[in-house]
Amino acid sequence: MINIQEVLETNKMIDQENLDVRTITLGISLLDCIDSDLEILKKKIYEKITATAKDLVSTGQAIEAQFGIPIVNKRISVTPIALVGSAACRSAEDYVELAKVLDDAARTVGVNFLGGFSALVSKGMTKSDKLLMQAIPRALAVTERVCSSVNLGSTKTGIDMDAVKLMGEIIKETAEYTKEQDSLGCAKLVVFCNAPDDNPFMAGAFHGVTEKDAVINVGVSGPGVVKTALSEVRGENFEVLCETIKKTAFKITRVGQLVAQEASKRLGIPFGIIDLSLAPTPAIGDSVAEILEEIGLEYAGAPGTTAALALLNDQVKKGGVMASSYVGGLSGAFIPVSEDQGMIDAVQAGALTLEKLEAMTCVCSVGLDMIAIPGDTSPAAISGIIADEMAIGMVNQKTTAVRVIPVIGKKVGDMVEFGGLLGYAPVMPVNPYSCEAFINRGGRIPAPIHSFKN
Amino acid sequence: MKKFIITVVGHDTVGIIAKVCTYLAGIQVNILDISQTIVDGYFNMMMIVDAGKVEDMTKMSEELTKLGEEIGVIIRCQHEDIFNMMHRV
Repeated sequence: MINIQEVLETNKMIDQENLDVRTITLGISLLDCIDSDLEILKKKIYEKITATAKDLVSTGQAIEAQFGIPIVNKRISVTPIALVGSAACRSAEDYVELAKVLDDAARTVGVNFLGGFSALVSKGMTKSDKLLMQAIPRALAVTERVCSSVNLGSTKTGIDMDAVKLMGEIIKETAEYTKEQDSLGCAKLVVFCNAPDDNPFMAGAFHGVTEKDAVINVGVSGPGVVKTALSEVRGENFEVLCETIKKTAFKITRVGQLVAQEASKRLGIPFGIIDLSLAPTPAIGDSVAEILEEIGLEYAGAPGTTAALALLNDQVKKGGVMASSYVGGLSGAFIPVSEDQGMIDAVQAGALTLEKLEAMTCVCSVGLDMIAIPGDTSPAAISGIIADEMAIGMVNQKTTAVRVIPVIGKKVGDMVEFGGLLGYAPVMPVNPYSCEAFINRGGRIPAPIHSFKN
Repeated sequence: MKKFIITVVGHDTVGIIAKVCTYLAGIQVNILDISQTIVDGYFNMMMIVDAGKVEDMTKMSEELTKLGEEIGVIIRCQHEDIFNMMHRV
C-alpha cells in the first residue's frame, strides 16, 4: 500500500517543484475534409475540429481534479494544411482564410494553440506548399492561436535550400507583420529538419499523415523536479548523477502515461505517444539551465555545457522510455531562451551565445528555440542560421528546429517581452558576415552518405 | 472500490481529523487507513478512503478544498493511481 512519504514526495513535486503535464494534444486528421471548393472545405474543417475536440478541455480539467496534477495546456494539431488546402486554395489569401477557420475552431473548443498550418517540403515545394508558406506572415498576424511549421529537410532527403531561402524571407516578413507586438508572430513559427509526426509541443505540432484519424499525445515536463533531485547529490560522481536523473525522469513520465491513458479512455480516442521532454517555463525553478548549473556549471554556456546537456538529454530518455508504453515526439531537454529564466540570465551575463546554443542543439532534443535577434538581421542571415541547424539534424539523424524572432526595431541587448509561457528575452547578436552567395545558389543539399541504409 | 488519497497539510489545531471525518461520513466515504507525520514543523495527514459511493468526485474534491480553507489547512483529494504509477513499477 502507498505510504505517506511517497504521497508527500509526489505532492511536493507538484506544489514546490512545478511538476505538471505540459500539454494534452489532440491530433486530428483533416484529410477527409479535402474539397475543391474553398467554402465547403472551410465548413468541413471547422465541423471536424469542433466535433472531435468538443470535450477536450473539460476532460483535461476533470483529469486535473481526479489526480490533483495540473495539465497546463490543452491543444490541437491537424494535418499539414498545405496538403488539406491543395485542391481548394488558388492563392496565398485562400490559405489565410483557412488559418482564420482554424483560429475560430480553436477558440470555439477553448484550446490555447492549434498547430498544423504547415508544409512538408524536405525535398521540394509543390505549388500549394509555396502558397501556404507565402500566407504564413499574414496568417499569423490575423490569428491568435494558430501555429505554423515547415519541415525543410531530413536525413533521407537532404535539405531543400530553395525552401530554406524562402523561409528566411518569410520569417522576416512575419516579424514585420507583427512588429507592434515585438514580432510575436515569429514565436508561433518554427522550421524543422526531421520533423516527427507525433509531436505534441507547439509551435511545431502537426498531425502527421502516417497517423490515425485522431490520437492523443501527451507532453510531460518537470525541470524543477530534476533540479531538486540533483541538489541532493551535489559533488557525487557521474554514475550517481545519471542514476538520479534517470529515476526522476521515470517518475515524471509515469504521471504523463497515467494522464494519457485516462484522457484516451475518457475521450474514446487512441493514445499515441508520450513526449518526455523537459520543457522549461519562465517560472523560477522551472529551468533546464538551472539543471545544468546544478550539474556543475556557473552558467549555461560555460565550457562543459554541451557535455552536461548531452548526458541530461540521454538520461531523461533512458528513464522515461521504461515508464511509458509508447515514447515519441521530440523527447529530451528543450533549450528555449525566452522561456527559461536560467538561459535569460546566462545570456545577460555574457555566458551564452548563439554559437554555443548551436553546439548545444547537436545534443538537445530540438534546436535553436525562442531566440530574439536584431530586427535588422537580413533574410539571408536567417536562412544561413536555418541551413546550419538543418545540417546538424540531417547529419546526426535527429530532429532540429529553428524558432528565431528578428524583433523589428530592437537591437542587441534590448529586452523583448512576449508574455505568458513565451516569456521574455534579451536580443542576441548574430555573426555580421554575409552568407548571401551561399543562400542564393538554389537547389538542394543531397542526403548524407549514411542515410543509405537499405 | 474507488480508492482516493486525502492529504491534509498545515498547522496542527484541535479537531482537524474530526471535521474531515464528519464530512466524509456525511457523503458515505469509508476511511481505510490514516497515518500522520510532522515535516518541517507542519502537520501532515494522509487518509486512504473508499469513495465508491460518491458520484461526483470533482464536487467532493472542491468541498474538501473549501473545508480546508475553513480550518486553515490545505486538503487535497487525489485518485490513488497517481501515486501507484509514480512509485510502483
